[in-house]
Amino acid sequence: MRIKEHPILNFEKGRKVKFYYNGQELEGYEGETIAAALHANGIRGMRESIRMHRPRGLFCNIGNCSSCLMIVNGKPNTRVCVEKLKEGMVVETQRGKGELK
Amino acid sequence: MLAQTGVPTPEDLAEVMPSEDRLARGPVAMAECFQNIPCDPCYHSCKRQAIKPFNDINERPQIDHEKCNGCGLCLTRCPGLAIFVIDQTYSENKALVKIPYEFLPLPVEGDIVDAVNRAGETVGEAKVVKVQSGDKMDGTNVIWLEVPKNLSMEVRHFRQKGVR
Amino acid sequence: MRQTEICIIGGGPAGLTAALKAAALGAEVTLVDRNDYLGGQLIKQTHRFFGSKEQRASERGISIAKELADAVESNKKINVLKKATALGYYKDGVLLVEQDEKIIKIKPKKLIVATGGAEKTLLFPNNDLPGIYGAGAVQTLVNVFGVKPGNKVLMVGAGNIGVIVSYQLLQAGVEVAAIIEAAPQIGSYWVHASKVVRAGVPIYTRHTIKRAWGDTEVEGATIVELDDNWQPIEGSEKDLDVDVICLSVGLSPLTELLWQAGCQMKYVPELGGHVPLRNENLETTVPGIYTAGDAAGIEEASAAMMEGALAGINAAHSLGYDAPDLNKQKEKILMELTGLRSGPVGEKIRRGLAKVTC
Repeated sequence: MRIKEHPILNFEKGRKVKFYYNGQELEGYEGETIAAALHANGIRGMRESIRMHRPRGLFCNIGNCSSCLMIVNGKPNTRVCVEKLKEGMVVETQRGKGELK
Repeated sequence: MLAQTGVPTPEDLAEVMPSEDRLARGPVAMAECFQNIPCDPCYHSCKRQAIKPFNDINERPQIDHEKCNGCGLCLTRCPGLAIFVIDQTYSENKALVKIPYEFLPLPVEGDIVDAVNRAGETVGEAKVVKVQSGDKMDGTNVIWLEVPKNLSMEVRHFRQKGVR
Repeated sequence: MRQTEICIIGGGPAGLTAALKAAALGAEVTLVDRNDYLGGQLIKQTHRFFGSKEQRASERGISIAKELADAVESNKKINVLKKATALGYYKDGVLLVEQDEKIIKIKPKKLIVATGGAEKTLLFPNNDLPGIYGAGAVQTLVNVFGVKPGNKVLMVGAGNIGVIVSYQLLQAGVEVAAIIEAAPQIGSYWVHASKVVRAGVPIYTRHTIKRAWGDTEVEGATIVELDDNWQPIEGSEKDLDVDVICLSVGLSPLTELLWQAGCQMKYVPELGGHVPLRNENLETTVPGIYTAGDAAGIEEASAAMMEGALAGINAAHSLGYDAPDLNKQKEKILMELTGLRSGPVGEKIRRGLAKVTC
């Protein structure tokens, strides 16, 4: 799901890194957002809504709406649309409000 | 109609079309800009002052078709990609249409492509005779299409065969 | 406690021009932005801008973003705080900013709030499914990160953003099944509409989305035609096989900070929602707090840049900074801004502004 060629833009990518999504090893580029890396791997669901447990994904993509909260390296309520991907990151679907351990 | 579908009507087009007489004398630009929007880069782009000065930035461009020599500079500066050059003197039964184009892949000179009208419908075939691209164009390339003369006022886009 | 003459919240088109103008007059500026880059939403605008030559018309938004951001970053009078979120502005004139999980206290003499806007959503069954995005969100994904949201898109809303993003999706190699618009007319500039229509994307006015389909993510959508009273016409439903739905149904000004600071606010639909009352200098009802750009009312980026310039000049001037041609500079910007808003497409903005300018 990555754009191969673009008439206006050249996409500069960071170092290729591995990260984990619900235990599954995936690849992305350092410096892109976690949300972008997940989308590049075809993953669009990010959390479950608190009461109705409905799947939720990205909506605003600028750190504003809180639709894309996930657990990142154990920290819940991380806005993956603005959090940048790093080597070895552990990203998990958030169910419920999230707990600080 | 234009406001409902995005496709200008024959009446809209008649307003901006160069005269038969002018078309018979070589390449000329046609600005398919039908709305009063705040925009004037076409005026600044013309080296021959063929686009009349704007008193108000919301005016529509007025091309003096007598001064215009169809050079096509304005095509790459119009943010609406709404200006085209038509040359009905190209050959006996073919006309040339220059189209601003911002998609990839770019066609190659000699390609036969589907000629597409303002509504996105294929109306025939065209031959790519020139591809103007490069850093200076900043992504807005100009494609020269050879089309049957009777389609020179129809064809405003193209689709490459086998490319989605 | 950090002292600064002018603090600007937001490093988009309005904030950046405000910083440059204020610094040019001699003021010392602190610019706060929550992102790790400057430029705001300009960084995804790959299309050429409208407007006049003075307003950088025909340049692409991405080039304008780079030019403004470079000028700000290299300006010694401007201190830039990135990845820094403004949390609140208090009665004693202290602004709290969070950066790197630490709280910074800033005491500015003047504050310019240029926090921009946020995309609205729309009510319909399943509107919360993954695969339904704000159109601007998809624009960020595609143009900033080079990643596709899916394969086939339904665009809801034929205003400038909806139509421009549809075009940019085509440029990225993503199929757009249709653009639908509830109003009887296309809201975008018609030249934008013509561009996507000739590229094969139909625009259906008087149509809305009835529902989205899908279990864990979007698998389709039903659209429906509307009658003269904007009511769905039974039997006119059409199912579209799409895996992405983009909502381009307007923006709301991001005004939390202005509310919290006690600025008098007014609901003005023409400007996108609640906006601060302001005088002709763009100063709100709280003396010393200025506003510019989408936070002051949703408009085009060209207008945001001009408002930012005015707010920057006015804030600096109120601190005693002057220039021999200051009035001339202001008049020129005001004239251009008036020109930009003077045509038929600026009618709504003019109506909105008349309600909030005191």
